[in-house]
Amino acid sequence: MSRLAAKFVELSNAGRKALIPFITAGDPSPEFTVPMMHAMVSAGADIIELGVPFSDPMADGPVIQRASERALEQGMSLRKVLQIATQFRSQDQKTPLVIMGYLNPIEAMGYEQFANAARKADIDGVITVDMPPEEADEYVALLGSQNIDPVFLLSPNSSDERIKKVAAVTSGYLYYVSLKGVTGAGHLDTDEVARKLQQIRANTDLPVTVGFGIKDAQTAKTVAEIADGVVVGSVVVSKIETNLTKPETAHQEIVELLTEMRQAMDS
Amino acid sequence: MTETYNMPDERGHFGPYGGMFVAETLMLPIQELNQAYQRYMEDPEFIAELDADLQHYVGRPSPLYYAERWSKELGGAQIYLKREDLNHTGAHKVNNTIGQALLAKRMGKTRIIAETGAGQHGVATATVAARLGLECVVYMGAVDVQRQALNVYRMKLLGAKVVAVESGSKTLKDALNEALRDWVTHVDDTFYIIGTVAGPHPYPAMVRDFQTVIGREAKQQCQEMTDGLPDALVACVGGGSNAIGLFYPFIDDASVKMFGVEAAGDGIETGRHSAPLCAGRPGVLHGNRTYLMEDDDGEIIETHSISAGLDYPGVGPEHAWLKDIGRVEYVNITDDEALQGFHALTQMEGIIPALESSHAMAYTMKLAPTMDKQQIIIVNLSGRGDKDMHTMAEREGIKI
Repeated sequence: MSRLAAKFVELSNAGRKALIPFITAGDPSPEFTVPMMHAMVSAGADIIELGVPFSDPMADGPVIQRASERALEQGMSLRKVLQIATQFRSQDQKTPLVIMGYLNPIEAMGYEQFANAARKADIDGVITVDMPPEEADEYVALLGSQNIDPVFLLSPNSSDERIKKVAAVTSGYLYYVSLKGVTGAGHLDTDEVARKLQQIRANTDLPVTVGFGIKDAQTAKTVAEIADGVVVGSVVVSKIETNLTKPETAHQEIVELLTEMRQAMDS
Repeated sequence: MTETYNMPDERGHFGPYGGMFVAETLMLPIQELNQAYQRYMEDPEFIAELDADLQHYVGRPSPLYYAERWSKELGGAQIYLKREDLNHTGAHKVNNTIGQALLAKRMGKTRIIAETGAGQHGVATATVAARLGLECVVYMGAVDVQRQALNVYRMKLLGAKVVAVESGSKTLKDALNEALRDWVTHVDDTFYIIGTVAGPHPYPAMVRDFQTVIGREAKQQCQEMTDGLPDALVACVGGGSNAIGLFYPFIDDASVKMFGVEAAGDGIETGRHSAPLCAGRPGVLHGNRTYLMEDDDGEIIETHSISAGLDYPGVGPEHAWLKDIGRVEYVNITDDEALQGFHALTQMEGIIPALESSHAMAYTMKLAPTMDKQQIIIVNLSGRGDKDMHTMAEREGIKI
């Protein structure tokens, strides 16, 4: 069983839901990332999504766009993200690590070389925002051959047929994008999310996490009542952005935010 | 070529290129768009409305003009110009925006968005939106907003909202990113009019189909004027919509050579250029796989060209395929050479070409003298140069 699958079984047995923070690797500096990842785990994160910066982040809102730009200015790249993952893994062999980004850096490296490198870095899952199942045969096969879970996205306009198609190529968990929009946009309607989750669950047994629009502990708690996991990205990354000259403050504020979310989700 | 060329496949692939590389939320709208496009391209009523608009609103057919004096001066092949500069709004772009806007209306969409570089596609979109009474938002890189102020003003006059995009390199590619973000947020009521043969399927095929009116007319006009087919076609390639529009109806005519002219900027060797087919490699950007300008890590790099309309790091996926199968030869022309083409056409024929089209003119100046006097070149004069007066004057140290 993959580390991701095992984690969801473990959580389910304990009656808990996954807290999944996202940060962009190398933002605001490469040195910031690994200690932050360990601190997020200590604050209650179950899985970490590590963003691979890309020059053209088409699905991201301004907060994560700017995080990408800062990270690229620091010389971050897919190769270096894998180095960061390796560094993290040297001290934490338990927490599942998922990298999330866009397809072109993987195309540039080559699918096979990427799958091998990701295995070597002990990555558990990969989310590629602009890779739909229609184009993913080789990608899914190569990740699968390295026991890496390809995680795909579902959206508010995904039909039953579509949910089945996406679920058929996904392992680990499904990521439900709860809003029509980019990361960090708007506020989500939790009733709407609940209805959609019902539809998704009618079509698949995979764990379903929810992301986009979760900004505080209360929303995290509400979503955790209906989903298997809660992904928090822009609100975490915005702590980095508002404290660019004081990374230790950003670190502290992220720990506090996740601690609050963890408590709310478990209460 | 013995077989009939028939691309793309039903999922939008031109060999390994093209496809639908978009975020999940956009899968449904592009599938709906594809269905509407397949349906209406076979609907006689839709085609009749499109043809009538092209005739009465755009002013088609555009002339095929024999550039006699310029041909004599160059001393080789006879040069014919396909006068897309004479279209309403001054470029070939309107052929496509008319088609997509009619489709938007049929699909019940009330809001139009577009990206633009030089502003020609933005103007052509704002124009048809005004005519059909649709809300229109145009995304334009902040750098381009500065250097194409005249077109920004035109779009505003036409009632469009122009959004200056401040992210990334603040040029065309970033405008496209921002338009995609808008679309993903407003999928229910919004139609995204992409200006070139790029983006996810069905855009590359659909935009091509709306632009092939250029090549169909040129083929018939050439037949009438010269009693035969041309020997060569020349067109500039940024995203590649004017080029594919001219080339496509000739693809199965093996005797017709085709030259796509990319922007070499300061020169390919300097790295400051916009020539992905000549000097890039395949990757995925903006919904399709194609040749891109990128670094070793797959990050898109900044491009350079004197013409904002060619300043794009990718190219339509069908061009990538036509390059690989050797049907079209892709060449490149520097900024300086393009300026020579600009002046040559202006002085020899009294026609001021757009800087984009000037790249095709400059390549024609190299090609024509290598051919016989009996041979014929059709060059796509894709747009007029009025919008470039400030750029030209500045470049040549003249104050207007």
